[in-house]
Amino acid sequence: MSSVLYDAQGPRAKRRNVLFTVVFLVALAALLWWVISTLNDKGQLEWALWKPFFTGTEAWSTYIWPGLQNTLKAAVLAVVIALPLGAALGIARLSDHQWVRVPAAIVVEFFRSIPVLVLMIFGLALFAEYTDVSSDDRPLYAVVTGLVLYNASVLAEIVRSGILSLPKGQAEGAMAIGLRKGQVMRLILLPQAVTAMLPAIVSQLVVILKDTALGGAILTFPELLASANTMSGYYGANVIASYTVVAVIYIALNFALTSFASWLERRLRRAKKSTGAVLSADDVETADAGTVGKI
Amino acid sequence: MFDFLQDYDLAGAVWTTVQLAVLSAVGSLIWGTMLAAMRVGPVPLMRAFGTAYVNIVRNIPLTVIILFASLGLSQTLGVTLGGGNDFETINFRLAVLGLILYTSSFVCEALRSGINTVPVGQAEAARALGLSFGQVLRLVVLPQAFRSSVVPLANVLIALIKNTTVAAAIGVAETALLMKEMIENEAQLLLISAVIALVFVVLTLPTGLILGWVGKKVAVKR
Repeated sequence: MSSVLYDAQGPRAKRRNVLFTVVFLVALAALLWWVISTLNDKGQLEWALWKPFFTGTEAWSTYIWPGLQNTLKAAVLAVVIALPLGAALGIARLSDHQWVRVPAAIVVEFFRSIPVLVLMIFGLALFAEYTDVSSDDRPLYAVVTGLVLYNASVLAEIVRSGILSLPKGQAEGAMAIGLRKGQVMRLILLPQAVTAMLPAIVSQLVVILKDTALGGAILTFPELLASANTMSGYYGANVIASYTVVAVIYIALNFALTSFASWLERRLRRAKKSTGAVLSADDVETADAGTVGKI
Repeated sequence: MFDFLQDYDLAGAVWTTVQLAVLSAVGSLIWGTMLAAMRVGPVPLMRAFGTAYVNIVRNIPLTVIILFASLGLSQTLGVTLGGGNDFETINFRLAVLGLILYTSSFVCEALRSGINTVPVGQAEAARALGLSFGQVLRLVVLPQAFRSSVVPLANVLIALIKNTTVAAAIGVAETALLMKEMIENEAQLLLISAVIALVFVVLTLPTGLILGWVGKKVAVKR
């Protein structure tokens, strides 16, 4: 195999690779042995601690599934509200009128530079002080508010760079045949940009899903991570087991989303039906210097 | 109006945030570079390890990692990271460890995307000129790769600064935790939020602008 960094390998390089492999394998084995022996010393490998997850459905139906439902509920609500808001902000940033463009830019840059957690804490206090939302619902409202404010501004950037990635000739051609500004955006630019942005939007879903965990840790929102804590209390301090199970669920969900995003990206790149470039999440990050990444 | 600020150690909390960010940035740059070297290297086992690490760690919420560091690593397994009996020190170090483990997977991807922007023709031309392997890397490939990594790395740094707030989950006295405390004790919600928002705007916006300008300046035009 040849790449930009190294050429196809000869006999000496192959021998060296075998040596590296052996050394690395020994290091990995040592690490694994240390982890297992530490777990064993502290009695964390005992079957009693892991049993609830493998026998019976109580742990799943009482703790994990309700938590997962709340996680998904918050994430879906946040996406559904943030997408149109983000699209509106992104289009507003491209407006010809300064009085639309500048405020939209300020809103987007402001909310992107503030941590989601700060927005969530603010939301929680805001709902407590100025609305009569019941205290049971408040954490959900706060989590969704924080996620919407932050992700709408990130999605606005995705929409903006999606539209900017289209060739100039598209808008010029549309104006030349007499379409008005709104029509150019609605009929020509947006449909092409949406296909280009899809992979980046799907990657953003991963960020939203991960950030719901903040609500469980700090705002007492009963989602998946919070249910890990309740479980480890109930099943006799099996922190390691509970967290492992919960982490595996997060990994499976997010890995499915990430794989879907890159499949979509490959497929759109191959199809090449639209004129626009396909925007991966990485492209959005590089598109604008001051931007905030997809972490 | 701002009287209530005197009762709280805002400067101390911001300083903790900055410390968390700087220590984690240095650590994740080191570990992330090692991961990137494994991921693009010629040894299949190391490539597999790098890929697996990035795909696993990237998909776990940072909150889960940091809470696990505290509840699992420290309280269950007794890892103290040399902090002795001082819980504040232990939690601070655990937060830095969690941030490093998490952020390095993004650093790895940023560096790798930089390497991927260098066309294979560059290395082939360099070899055709008779440069050795070391010279190809040192004179042709890596300079171009580092230049196009600046902007993605800046984005990772900004995200890291904001992610330090997650340390509040294990009680590290940083800015978000102070905000929560202030909101609970004072009836000044909007004012407090504005001050905290300003702190983060001041921390992240210039970082993005400066590094973005540097990134554009050194970028390789293709």
